[in-house]
Amino acid sequence: MAASAKRRRGWRKRLGALARFTGALVIVGGLYSAFSPSLYAQEAESNAIDSEAVKGQELYDTSCISCHGDNGEGVEGRGPSLIGVGSAAVEFQVNTGRMPMAAQGAQAPSTEYPVFTEEEAEWLGAYIEYLGGGAGTPDDLDAMVEEADVAAGGELYRVNCSSCHGYAGGGGALSSGAHAPSLEGVSNEEIYQAMLTGPQNMPVFADNELTPEQKAELIAYAQYLVNDDKDPGGVFTLGRFGPATEGLAIFLVGMTALLLTTLWIAGKS
Amino acid sequence: MKRRKGTSDSLLTKAGGELDDRFKLAGPARVLFNKVFPDHWSFLLGEIALFSFILLLLSGTFLALFFEPSMVEVTYHGAYVPLQGVEMSQAYASALDLSFEVRGGLFMRQMHHWSTLLFMASILIHMLRIFFTGAFRAPRETNWMIGILLFWLGFFEGFFGYSLPDDGLSGTGLRIMEGMTVSIPFIGPWASAALFGGQFPGTSVISMLYIIHVFVFPLLLLALITVHIGLVFAQKHTQWPGPGRTEHNVVGFRMFPNYVMKQIGFMLFIWGVLGAMAGLFQINPIWLFGPYEVSVVSSASQPDFYVMYLDGLIRLFPAWELRIPPYFTLPPVFWPGIVGMGLSVVLPLLYPALERRFTKDRGHHNLLQRPRDNAGRTSLGVMVVVFWIIGVISGGNDVFAEKFDISLNAMTWAGRIGLVVLPIIAYYVTYRICLGLQQHDREVLAHGLETGILMRDPNGRFYEVHQPLAEPDEHGHTELEYNGWVVPKKMNRIGALPPADKGFFKSIEEPSEDGRTERRDEIESGKH
Repeated sequence: MAASAKRRRGWRKRLGALARFTGALVIVGGLYSAFSPSLYAQEAESNAIDSEAVKGQELYDTSCISCHGDNGEGVEGRGPSLIGVGSAAVEFQVNTGRMPMAAQGAQAPSTEYPVFTEEEAEWLGAYIEYLGGGAGTPDDLDAMVEEADVAAGGELYRVNCSSCHGYAGGGGALSSGAHAPSLEGVSNEEIYQAMLTGPQNMPVFADNELTPEQKAELIAYAQYLVNDDKDPGGVFTLGRFGPATEGLAIFLVGMTALLLTTLWIAGKS
Repeated sequence: MKRRKGTSDSLLTKAGGELDDRFKLAGPARVLFNKVFPDHWSFLLGEIALFSFILLLLSGTFLALFFEPSMVEVTYHGAYVPLQGVEMSQAYASALDLSFEVRGGLFMRQMHHWSTLLFMASILIHMLRIFFTGAFRAPRETNWMIGILLFWLGFFEGFFGYSLPDDGLSGTGLRIMEGMTVSIPFIGPWASAALFGGQFPGTSVISMLYIIHVFVFPLLLLALITVHIGLVFAQKHTQWPGPGRTEHNVVGFRMFPNYVMKQIGFMLFIWGVLGAMAGLFQINPIWLFGPYEVSVVSSASQPDFYVMYLDGLIRLFPAWELRIPPYFTLPPVFWPGIVGMGLSVVLPLLYPALERRFTKDRGHHNLLQRPRDNAGRTSLGVMVVVFWIIGVISGGNDVFAEKFDISLNAMTWAGRIGLVVLPIIAYYVTYRICLGLQQHDREVLAHGLETGILMRDPNGRFYEVHQPLAEPDEHGHTELEYNGWVVPKKMNRIGALPPADKGFFKSIEEPSEDGRTERRDEIESGKH
């Protein structure tokens, strides 16, 4: 029985090592969560898995797991870890049809037909929130946007957003095939979630950079820009691209009309 | 001839006589009215520039009544809600008021801007016409050089105007100009400090540019345009070669009434097009750009199209910085920005002299050349045009990349490679096309027109019947000299086949049916 005792001792030893390791992890993790500053708007309130998160996990395991990995840990070279990204990020990516991504590319393009319903996106969000907390969207956002100061939002927009999305919110090119999308037809929630979570190439504008009120001002200006500005200059806006399309127009419209006129006038003799 | 008293005719005569008695007008007026201009559509391109310039002066005067060229900071309380309460310069605030509160102000602003674009576009097109037809050759080199100077005056005049409203795009443009100025070795930083009154953007640049924009440059433009047109009068207009046209005459229409009427009609048409564009197409929506702040640069910030090729060259040029420690640094923007612009000024100015030197052609030319007849020059011109177009596209490469879903990096590299390779290919292709066209002209002169009628010999050989342009020799060949003008290439150009159709928009002659068979027989009798 010496061999079996030895085996048992080895087993016990390994169990002890595991216990010590787990204990060390708990201490380190506890210290970390006690002392690390909170970066995001909202921490996960409880770690108890609720029914929404269970439903979300089911969806996750069939549609997201191949790139984002088991339990949202990420897969090297395919998809990043989702631990800590929060429900705002999930709802933004899923509701705009960016995720699930059809194929790996320069960036996930938004599509008109999201794979999941908004309810399903909420479940997925709940699951990701359960995995590691993260940022969420305020419930009274539309009311905040309604009251926000558009002009103040304009100043914030020009400093923070126009360098990628353009002065008219039409979007713009980034390097290596990526692009900043147009803000046209984007809901208040989506703009808010995008600012909060920094999808794709977009930087994160956390609440310590732009407060929720400032975000609401920004959204109010962006919505004014793409929806309410009536383009007083004419029925043709030339896509609000500025001098590039204006130059095209003077040759295609003005110059062409006048060249035909020269042919006409010189032909009449 | 005795005239009854009191008719309008005699009144006019009397008034004319009285005026002539006092001001001695009859002599010069007779010369002017009888001045003959050759008639061709391509001779009307410079007029587009002239008439849009006149509209620029008129609309610019209107804008000057309301614009305040001041960089004093004010708080906006005007009509445009999303800027209310925002700090901005007096210049930008007055440009906003001009757009939203002055009656007709936005229309005039847009007309001023569209006229600028048309002015510059028509100068370019006019310049291409002069270049490709060899109209710049002696004795007209001076006028070519004045034309080039007019383009560059217009270039800077337009750029200064673009800078005046002090909106986001204006300031970004000025910032790039500052970067280019600073890049000039040794004097750059001093020149920039002189321009901006110290550090960019300073507090004085707008009011300085304003005086240059509304007084100095318009005066220079007006003076040079006067000399430009005066020289066309004095040296007489060039004409295409053709029947009755020589190096020593001008065939065309008298100034009065024919030419004056056409010109007035054309002027009104140009203003009509510009008015329509100003009302229909939104241009330079400064309220969207916001006031200029040094920290704000929007994506897709472009200059107007005539500056865009330089912007494109700057975007394409590799980041080659020359550094000689410890003090000297030559930033990469110096090469495309300063050297590139300098060459774009100097090479066109010198071109007539260079061509004289290389072709050793020192004669005077009043007859134009068809572009195909000088393949080298035409190919060189197309090469420059291709280079310029790649520059312009690269100046807007971020808009292209985004809208056509192309990687911006790919656009940049395509521009870099294209800038070197495509002009060479364009030169070769144009040269071959010119030679081909020349050869076809000679072929028609030697063998006659292709009639499209196929014949078959008794021994089975197919051949196309050709219509000789003169009495052929026993081999069916004609010895006609090419005289530098259009060789007819189709039967109805020599009146042999109906329909002989005339009219621009719709037919003013019905095709005649009679005599068709007879003429066909005539053609068929002509040997190949």
